[in-house]
Amino acid sequence: MRLGTRRLLDRAFSSLGLIAIGLMALVLIVILTPIVSKGTGAFVFRATVEHRKLMFDQWSRGNPEKLEKDKEAAVAARAPVYQMLADFDAELKAMPRADRAPYKQPLRDVEKALNELLGPEPGTRTPVLMRQQYGATRWDRTQVKLQNVLYSEEWDYSKTGELGVKVMRPRVEDFKGTKLEPLFGYVKANIDPMMRPRWTFYWQFLFDTSKDSHIFGGIGPEVLGTIYLTLGAMLFAVPMGVIAAIYLCEYAREGRVISFLRICISTLAGVPSIVFGLFGLAFFLNTIHVSDSKSVLAGSLTLSLLILPTVIRASEEAILAVPRAYKEAALSLGSGRWHTVMTVILPAALPGILTGTVISMGRAAGETAPIIFTAAVSVGRPLLPLEALSQPTPALPWNIYNLCTEHEAVDEIRHVQYGMVFTLVAVVLLLNVFAIVMRARISKKLRG
Amino acid sequence: MSEAIQMKRADRFAGHGEEDFSLRPAHVKTEEFSVFYGGFEAVKKVNCTFHEGLVTAMIGPSGCGKSTLLRAINRMNDLIPSCRAGGKMIFQGEDIYRKDIDVVSLRMRVGMVFQKPNVFPKSIYDNIAYGPRLQGIKNRNQLDELVESSLKQAAIWDEVKDRLESNALGMSGGQQQRLCLARALAVKPEILLMDEPTSALDPKATAKIEDLIGQLRGQYTIIIVTHNMQQAARVSDLTAFLYEGTLVEFGATRQIFTKPLEKQTEDYITGRFG
Repeated sequence: MRLGTRRLLDRAFSSLGLIAIGLMALVLIVILTPIVSKGTGAFVFRATVEHRKLMFDQWSRGNPEKLEKDKEAAVAARAPVYQMLADFDAELKAMPRADRAPYKQPLRDVEKALNELLGPEPGTRTPVLMRQQYGATRWDRTQVKLQNVLYSEEWDYSKTGELGVKVMRPRVEDFKGTKLEPLFGYVKANIDPMMRPRWTFYWQFLFDTSKDSHIFGGIGPEVLGTIYLTLGAMLFAVPMGVIAAIYLCEYAREGRVISFLRICISTLAGVPSIVFGLFGLAFFLNTIHVSDSKSVLAGSLTLSLLILPTVIRASEEAILAVPRAYKEAALSLGSGRWHTVMTVILPAALPGILTGTVISMGRAAGETAPIIFTAAVSVGRPLLPLEALSQPTPALPWNIYNLCTEHEAVDEIRHVQYGMVFTLVAVVLLLNVFAIVMRARISKKLRG
Repeated sequence: MSEAIQMKRADRFAGHGEEDFSLRPAHVKTEEFSVFYGGFEAVKKVNCTFHEGLVTAMIGPSGCGKSTLLRAINRMNDLIPSCRAGGKMIFQGEDIYRKDIDVVSLRMRVGMVFQKPNVFPKSIYDNIAYGPRLQGIKNRNQLDELVESSLKQAAIWDEVKDRLESNALGMSGGQQQRLCLARALAVKPEILLMDEPTSALDPKATAKIEDLIGQLRGQYTIIIVTHNMQQAARVSDLTAFLYEGTLVEFGATRQIFTKPLEKQTEDYITGRFG
């Protein structure tokens, strides 16, 4: 091959590689940007006075005196709204029955939208559902609710043969010439003093129990559940995996049985996780009854089966990478096989084993399918370690799925979904960073 | 062989070539000893005696089975699954290939130094103390003494005494090899096997190892495999020449290098092949 051709080939390949890496980086940025930007929104956001009320009522957080002043200011700013409603009520009563009718439904809609924005009207009965006891707690939701107060969403089907068109009609049109007409202008102009938004760092999001199925509160039980499940899985998988790897590398005599075993392990690594989930249900729960219902224990066992092949593979690789010379040296000094493994091979293989372990830990933390049938519930409280043996738990991966697909008020909890995704990604990322650092440190120690 | 070559070679001998070695008691003796790798016979019915306190060199071209024979003495070949042995290997009156032999205690009595320095990724101290600890010595003072005496025997004490706790992998290749020797000595073996111990070292480090072999002669039975003919001549009392698995000639080093009985030996020594 001519020199020119070789150079061209080299250049072409290196630029191809560069493009591939660039694309990967781009994809990573595209994925991570919304996760990070919206996920942090669950922790850092402009909270309204409703949020502060909620925090004080539910968790006794915040300074009561300050809150009282806060509330008073909000009440003062909101007073005209309720005054206008009362005035309009009086105006309605003075009207003949026939004139009254067209206002009935629009008024009801406005009152509902106002309740969602500001919370229940002072002096009325406290609603049963917690989500109706408070107005908009977050500023981004406040904007949406404000729109609902100002506009009604209608569909225009006037063009026959075409799809309907959504039209935002100002509600103020319904109340032209009444005492309610100035309300809309007032609400729009005074949304700030009525809601009193303030930048807040809600770090307790990580630890708080959710209230009213995630409408309020944090993701504490989910985070704890994920930790339990992951640690539980490691507890079963790591000892078994490492022992199996040692056996395969150091004790087993190569033969048909061992080859077959290796094939089995590879196959196990390729089995879809939902199959593990169903197996966990069928075996751990229905056959050997490790617990009466779904439980962290059953989920951990299922997850440990899922990551076992990875742990075995990583440990095997790490053990095989230990120089034969170490083994020979140990044996020539009169060390038995077991002793050689414990004193020479395992210490030298530790970085590799650790890396494999932590990577599979990340996998266990993020797996959804295996825990659907064995451990996860959508809402729960934080469990004590002993309860984990018999109780189900919410967990991040499953709740992300659940909140996105089955929650009755998906729009209200977008920030919770993103917060969960962000937390999960952060946990997995931290685990991996931890693995890399540990590996580097141990390798350095070994290299001297 | 020409007179001039004879003279030149003779100058380089260790200087203990006059003794009649056959009077020394045998330490290890092979009887019709063979080693097979699967169907391939790497060592063919070798009859050979390694005498107590002497240095025996094994020479021969690559693949002649000298390393295999050496590694058969402490049964390191057991690590290779397809490997098996035939005939007898008598060590102090016992066939070490008998079924009921405890390989671990055999290896404690037969130390080994390998081709490449294979120190453990542990501290210098822990490297030396590895063998004694295996034998159950836990007393710190006793260990300290053993470590010191072993390192002194291997002539490396002065270089490392201030950094016993640092990682052994931080030492130079020559130092590592002497550390390996010290580690083998710490077990207090009777026999020392050396599998081309200087092939990975520079001339200076090689000279140090050769000096050490000279100092250890008499205290241990040393068997050394080497590709370097001068080395064999310099350090050994007896030389075994192997070719394609067969022991071609075995005798006093001076005699092998000056008046080889076999044509093959002469050809190899004079560099006509190999």
